[in-house]
Amino acid sequence: MPIELIKEKCAGPINTVEIGRANKRVVRIGGESAMPFLLDEGLMPNAPVVALEILDCEPVEWPEALKVPFGSALKDPVRWAVKCVKDFGAEILCVRLQGTHPDWGSRSADRVIPMLKSIIEETGLPLIIVGGGDDDRDNDILPKVSQALKGENCLLGTATQNNYKTLTATALADGHSIIAESPIDINIAKQTNILISDMGFNPQRIVMHPTTTSLGYGMEYVYSIMERGRLAAFIGDKMLAMPFVLFVGSEVWNVKEARDAGRTQGINWEIATAVSMLLAGADLLVMRHPAAAKAVSRYIGLAMNGGPKK
Amino acid sequence: MIVIGELINGMYKDVGKAIANREADVIQHLAEDQVRAGATMLDISTGPYSKDPVDDIKWLVETIQGVARVPLVLDSTRADVIEEGLRLAAKRAVINSTSADEERMAVIFGLAKKYNTQVIGLAMDKTGVPNGKERRLELAAAIVARAIEFGINTEDLFLDPVVLPVNVAQAQGLEVLESIRDFRLLCHPAPGTTIGLSNISQGAKFRPLINRTFLAMAIASGLTSAILDPLDKELMDAMITADLISNKNIYCDSFLEAYRKR
Repeated sequence: MPIELIKEKCAGPINTVEIGRANKRVVRIGGESAMPFLLDEGLMPNAPVVALEILDCEPVEWPEALKVPFGSALKDPVRWAVKCVKDFGAEILCVRLQGTHPDWGSRSADRVIPMLKSIIEETGLPLIIVGGGDDDRDNDILPKVSQALKGENCLLGTATQNNYKTLTATALADGHSIIAESPIDINIAKQTNILISDMGFNPQRIVMHPTTTSLGYGMEYVYSIMERGRLAAFIGDKMLAMPFVLFVGSEVWNVKEARDAGRTQGINWEIATAVSMLLAGADLLVMRHPAAAKAVSRYIGLAMNGGPKK
Repeated sequence: MIVIGELINGMYKDVGKAIANREADVIQHLAEDQVRAGATMLDISTGPYSKDPVDDIKWLVETIQGVARVPLVLDSTRADVIEEGLRLAAKRAVINSTSADEERMAVIFGLAKKYNTQVIGLAMDKTGVPNGKERRLELAAAIVARAIEFGINTEDLFLDPVVLPVNVAQAQGLEVLESIRDFRLLCHPAPGTTIGLSNISQGAKFRPLINRTFLAMAIASGLTSAILDPLDKELMDAMITADLISNKNIYCDSFLEAYRKR
């Protein structure tokens, strides 16, 4: 007797979030109604997307292996962005405003905004923009950035349970989507989504960041949190039906196994982490090394088509 | 949990009067208020004093569907009244109810098949409500078996162990709870279960407290729906909390609000 496989039913798909101005290039993430790549059980109308990450200042601390592919472009974020498109085929970029952090020189909004506008003009790509990670600075800079890029439909981050009001209000006013971050905690992830949507922000424009960790540093916890959230969303929990974004590059290239291990181990580390997150349900991966991004994009293509041809 | 709002029932004086006088706004407010408070379905009954229940159910269905877009649970002992409601129902309806009596099942499952509805099955028959879980299970099994013969999906059944008032039949409380558990194991896919919650406190003091305590206990036993008063906020809060503790929803600090946003 043939074994009948049990197929899960889905009460509601993950929200689809669009990033980018409608008449330019738009990237769509989410929309799936099955666990990752289980295409017999449901749909994945949008393949997961890889974004390349650039910084607003020269990444002097990056390891050599990560600097090599970009060369002197690392000194100029706009050139760097253009290189990501021309040489590495990026579809979407993530700009981390690290230079606005007090430890990196407290760069002002006046310096950041023209750079972001040039990137949009030169590349035509949708942007993910994340603050430098200092709450006070982010709450000063991000509203100005949001206003200056009104209508560009960026994905702005990050909002947390204890610091979400400023970013939510500004993203709401200027028509951007938002990243809601939680510390590997599904309860807080759900609560943050509720807090943001209580301000009148459309929950369909929230992307969740469950926190990223690297291979070897507790990645399994993130995996299980994502899996739990996804299963809840599929049985109808609308406050967890958001796509996931994972900042794989910035996490991986901070660990010694990637930084201090020659030319290729870091790349492989980034690939292994990214693929694991894809299998956990990641919709958007922010990556750093173009070779790793290329390999992961190829993986996505194969997984969306039922694996390599035999 | 599937919450079936119980308030549109001609048995209640105001509702009976509103039906008799065709006061649409009274009925529509009741429908809207219940849906707003979390009812996912609305039970409708013309009540025992209706002079023309077929015409009354027609008016009720049309009146309610003017404002509420939820499935209706057609509650009547008369098949012609149920069929009139089914004919007009805009959403997939539920028949409330069949007993385990052969004649009744033949009629009700026939209607369920014809109109593609769900059915509430009461674990009782002509001889009355059983006073033990074994007999309840027997009757429930008979209902499931007959439903399958009619080609009805077992997930479209809501088996009701029949709740009796705690001040009259105190020993039946636990029997009912165990029956809920038993019913879920009768077939695959598991049938739904339901109870007429307010029955538990009929004629007793502290009715809301008894209702919400029993509902929480029933949810812990695997109950999947209940006919209740959704305007009782503390009852709804207890239900949401019991659902949460049963691991049906993921906790967050605003879990009551999160449930209501669904």
